[in-house]
Amino acid sequence: MASLKDLRNRIASVKATQKITKAMQMVAAAKLRRAQQAAEAARPYAQRMESVLGNIATAVAPGPDVPALLTGTGKDETHLLLVLTAERGLCGAFNSSIVRIARERALVLMNQGKTVKFYCVGRKGYEPLRRLFPKQIVKLVELRANKGVTFADAQAIAHDLGDMFAAGEFDVATQFFSRFQSVISQVPTAQQLIPATFPEQPAAAATGASAVYDYEPGEAEILADLLPRNLAVQIFKSLLENGASEQGARMSAMDNATRNAGEMIKKQTLTYNRTRQAMITKELIEIISGAEAL
Amino acid sequence: MATFPFELVSPERLVYSGTVSEVVVPGTEGEFGVLAGHAPFVSTLKPGILTIKGDGAPRKLFVRGGFAEANPQGLTVLAETAIPLADLRAENLAQMIKDAEEDVEDAKDETTRNRRLVFLEQVKSAAAAVEADARTTH
Repeated sequence: MASLKDLRNRIASVKATQKITKAMQMVAAAKLRRAQQAAEAARPYAQRMESVLGNIATAVAPGPDVPALLTGTGKDETHLLLVLTAERGLCGAFNSSIVRIARERALVLMNQGKTVKFYCVGRKGYEPLRRLFPKQIVKLVELRANKGVTFADAQAIAHDLGDMFAAGEFDVATQFFSRFQSVISQVPTAQQLIPATFPEQPAAAATGASAVYDYEPGEAEILADLLPRNLAVQIFKSLLENGASEQGARMSAMDNATRNAGEMIKKQTLTYNRTRQAMITKELIEIISGAEAL
Repeated sequence: MATFPFELVSPERLVYSGTVSEVVVPGTEGEFGVLAGHAPFVSTLKPGILTIKGDGAPRKLFVRGGFAEANPQGLTVLAETAIPLADLRAENLAQMIKDAEEDVEDAKDETTRNRRLVFLEQVKSAAAAVEADARTTH
């Protein structure tokens, strides 16, 4: 049986933890709003980029001038998995769900006899992957020092990928991140980056709008210029979605933790009061029976 | 004068959105002005000054990297960097020129080197244009 002092200490410690989790929840809520705004502000750019590139990509005739970023190397031997995760934990299953889909994809590819390489952004994805595939991690990029992601970060990563692709280090690149749906729902997602893929555009194709555009310089040159930029934009978009998802996941995880702590305090306080009552009763009985014995 | 909707978008935010009467865009193959009812047109950008003419004084912004798309619905410019000229410091430009020079040094093969040299020239001429503009306005 724990003594009263033990119980008091235990309650105090749970209360302290509850304060921390509550503070973290509120910080996450504030950061979430900012991250969501950033993600929304970036959306028009990514959408425009996609629609224009999609138009050009369908208009341009396949040939040797078409950049390999669009058509691929023609092989699919070496896959690069770009795993975007957070720098910090305590955000529920956020990091582990991204790592999980990346790992599953890697195992499927390896079973097919393909080579798999990892490019990690964020420590929390790097750590579990290092245990599983220690030799296959090509690079780790940490964004810990930066306050919020900037387009320059995404550009640096895209630049790296472009160089590696040009050097023939991989044939297909896929990024793994968490799409932000709502505070309680983040969807781990895989998106192929190289060769570039575009969503179908029935509207533009139906009206024939893509056919009448004038291009300056030519279509192939525009493609060569825009595809690397598109890579950066897509990575930037995922980083921002990831940022919002991370804060959302942390917020709900910390909300749960705060509630659990509350329940624990309630239970402990009950035990504490019962024990106290029992001791008082016991002491009274001792005094009374002592007095009677006289 | 006829007006048309114009949007200037950078990856981080929507920089400008509104109806304007004319926009002068620094295209890769030369500056071009866009008025209402421009033919559908896509062009990449070179570093330079983008001028927005609408109500009041023309607004000037330094833009870099991206493209412009004109269609019957209006004009959209997607630029990786878009800074109002008033906020642009000489150091920023000097840094850009330095980065571009280093890129030229780092180029591994002839084609990348040539491409980067062209970019360096563009950055330099943009910087000169910005300085000229600063002299005329102050």
